[in-house]
Amino acid sequence: MRAGIVFLFGLALLAGCRRSDRSMTSDPHAEGGSGGANRSAAQQGDYSTSAYQVSEGARLYSWMNCAGCHGPHGGGGMGPSFMDAEWRYGSSMSDVVRTIDGGRPNGMPAFHDRLTGQQMWQLAAYVRSLSGLAPTDILSGRAEQMSGKAPFTQRNPDKPAKPGEPY
Amino acid sequence: MRRPLSLAPVLLLLSGCAGVQSMSEGAGFGSQQFNHLMLLFLVVTGISYALVLVFLTVAVAGRRNEGGEARLRSLLIGWVGFILIGLVLLTVASFFSDRREARAGAEQEPLKVTVSANQWWWSIEYQNDDPSRIVHTANELHLPVGRPVQLNLVSGDVIHSLWIPALAGKQDLIPGRENDLRIVPTRIGHYRGQCAEFCGLQHAHMAFDVTVESPQNFAAWYAAQQQPAPEPTDPRAKAGHDWFMSHACANCHSIAGTPAGGVTAPDLTHVASRQTIAAGTLPMSRGNLRGWIANPQGVKPGAHMPAVGMTADELDAVASYLETLK
Repeated sequence: MRAGIVFLFGLALLAGCRRSDRSMTSDPHAEGGSGGANRSAAQQGDYSTSAYQVSEGARLYSWMNCAGCHGPHGGGGMGPSFMDAEWRYGSSMSDVVRTIDGGRPNGMPAFHDRLTGQQMWQLAAYVRSLSGLAPTDILSGRAEQMSGKAPFTQRNPDKPAKPGEPY
Repeated sequence: MRRPLSLAPVLLLLSGCAGVQSMSEGAGFGSQQFNHLMLLFLVVTGISYALVLVFLTVAVAGRRNEGGEARLRSLLIGWVGFILIGLVLLTVASFFSDRREARAGAEQEPLKVTVSANQWWWSIEYQNDDPSRIVHTANELHLPVGRPVQLNLVSGDVIHSLWIPALAGKQDLIPGRENDLRIVPTRIGHYRGQCAEFCGLQHAHMAFDVTVESPQNFAAWYAAQQQPAPEPTDPRAKAGHDWFMSHACANCHSIAGTPAGGVTAPDLTHVASRQTIAAGTLPMSRGNLRGWIANPQGVKPGAHMPAVGMTADELDAVASYLETLK
């Protein structure tokens, strides 16, 4: 009886083995102009609900120096922040891709010849995740960059850390 | 039939002993030291193993209490004495071998090279006091024979490990800190380095070519690497150059002497002079170069180079341009 329960429990654990899909290829020809902003709803969903695509977008965010204007975590600076969900040129996936692809007045450069359509979609998925527009279960639980500070759960609020001290 | 079959995996393992990526090559001071030490360990432990087998045979086949207490005692003393001497020998040998390796090449000014590991390629920078003589390359290491090399190891993303089995032991590359590794290559030849710490999807395809050459050949190679990319003369290569500069390629790759200045992907200034492409994934050839540019995700799924939409004509022009970058 007990062995049976253990066996069933083990079987249930196997359900966790299913790996999330990672689509690494895109068909650049099918995208056409403007980064393929007119993709179908299903294709848009592929990007905005995939942990892999969002993390690739995070990589591009730092590689393309988006942080230079929009802040390291989208907090804003010379450019607008991504903290709220109401954006001047729209916050849907296609709107964001259009913004990256063609640029916008007052400083946003066009990345039309700098990024592939797939990369723009990855970036758009990441940027939207900064304002909470992406499902939380696909967000990375840790920051990739080195941090000098201990996680909040390991900090002692009564004793502020001195400079150079981990916590 | 069963015995030859069981031998097959052992024979297969032996094939690892030959070739460009093997510890037994002993083409550097570090791996020579290691091989000597390994041989000594093998001899000492081999003798102990043989003795244990002899004792076991005697115990199984011989009669009980043959020779009595006295004989047993002298045998036991001999056995403990052998273990003691053996262990002391191995300890002393490893200590001196370690000290010799630490001192190797200390009398010479080392060549300083910064190796930066990325998912999944190696960025190589030859340091020089004169900034105009710094050389950038990727996925290849040229070293002059006999001169110590100080490798400064950094990582751009996750933990990697640099291992050139023919030359030396391995050393990790850790984000946020600098490690170093000193190598003294002692034999001219062509070797292969490999990432030795699992670092993601394409860990297996994260290798690099190592060429140990005479100081004259190295100086010639170094002088050639310092040159900016030649201006394309052929109209086809010219068209490829223009396409490269006006599309996504130039955003990540850099080619010295052109507007392309990206740093997130391998430097392509002298890409055609390298032996492999995509970090040791494919040998450099006309077909492989075109195949790689056309569909990097087919060759190396997950690599950070996207497929850039281009027509067959544009692809051929860009590849022709890259082929002029000797």
